[in-house]
Amino acid sequence: MEFIDYYKILEIQQSATEADIKAAYRKLARKYHPDLNPNDENAKKKFQQINEANEVLSDPEKRKKYDKYGKDWKHADEFEKANQQQSQSRGNTGGQQTNRGDYEDFSGDFSEFFESMYGSGAGGRAKQTKFRGQDLNAELHLNLIDVYKTQQQTLTVNGKNIRLTIPAGVENGQVIKITGHGTPGVNGGPNGDLYITFTIANHSKFKREGSNLYATVDLDLYTALLGGDLQVDTLDGKVKLKVAPETQSNTKVKLKGKGFPVYKKEGEFGDLYITYHVKLPTNLTEKEKELFTELSKLRANGN
Amino acid sequence: METKDLILIEHFCANHNIEFSFIDSLNEFGLIEVIIHEEQRYLPQGQLKEVEKMMRMHYDLDINMEGIDVISHLLKRIHHLQDDLRIAQNKLRLYENED
Repeated sequence: MEFIDYYKILEIQQSATEADIKAAYRKLARKYHPDLNPNDENAKKKFQQINEANEVLSDPEKRKKYDKYGKDWKHADEFEKANQQQSQSRGNTGGQQTNRGDYEDFSGDFSEFFESMYGSGAGGRAKQTKFRGQDLNAELHLNLIDVYKTQQQTLTVNGKNIRLTIPAGVENGQVIKITGHGTPGVNGGPNGDLYITFTIANHSKFKREGSNLYATVDLDLYTALLGGDLQVDTLDGKVKLKVAPETQSNTKVKLKGKGFPVYKKEGEFGDLYITYHVKLPTNLTEKEKELFTELSKLRANGN
Repeated sequence: METKDLILIEHFCANHNIEFSFIDSLNEFGLIEVIIHEEQRYLPQGQLKEVEKMMRMHYDLDINMEGIDVISHLLKRIHHLQDDLRIAQNKLRLYENED
């Protein structure tokens, strides 16, 4: 835990007046407020620092204590509270695949330094729910194969079990809103909402772009030259393909409807694009070399 | 007739300790929709998040209505661009090797 220079954070002198502090806070808050910087974690962190600095410096009592003991906080008696429990402002998501769940509370999350000086409950002037409940954010990590079919999952968010239907075809980075599953509203206000961000890892042999899938399939020289049948994997099981004679390497074929489900369009699927990769034989025997040489002589120009 | 979906503006303002005129201004700027029923004015619940955001801009950050109007348009653009970026990044995964 390190000393935090609140004056430096607000870019003001130690002699700053209350009006200076207010003006400096507002100027920086306008730059870094999360409302004005959506999905920007750095701005959010910066705003929390600014907010904490303002919390201390705009309160005469807190400022006095900070000015007196701030730099020597390690030795001051006041800091026995250092081991007090951590702020309760963090949400707790117990869902097996959920790794983050926090309130969209811009003013919470004070530093250890702050809490050691003022205790964990000292952020009393911070914004509290007055009407509509706060929104919660959670991240759900899934594999591509998990979102091939619509599935039900129970998540534990903030101690509450929520049955969630994850529609097939959800995209990596997509956010879905679960209305009313944030924190409860007060004074008759509605509950906040729960926002779930999906992170979808793809460990399969297929690449995905929207509802289309792409895969590369090895084709042996003889099937490429003479044509034949080939079995390829799709997410829906194996399918048999007819390979045309004289198929070139990098030839693409489209398997209609064998791609990924289209989000929220039941029964609709994208396409699967197969790219053939012709594999030349290696470790040729003498006999094979002889035959290939003979073949090459049939093609005077080599094509 | 305050329902689950409609919030009486009077009630909303009283809870947030803000003036009625603030909601009027947002309405005049076309930033929110106010529903009038039997001479009572309501906010659709789905708008509360945006109204609260604009409230923070005005009361916490000292931004005037014109500023809120401009910011609201720019935020919409940012959201669209962030969506486009997400789609583009997912497309890029086509060319990257994942383990």
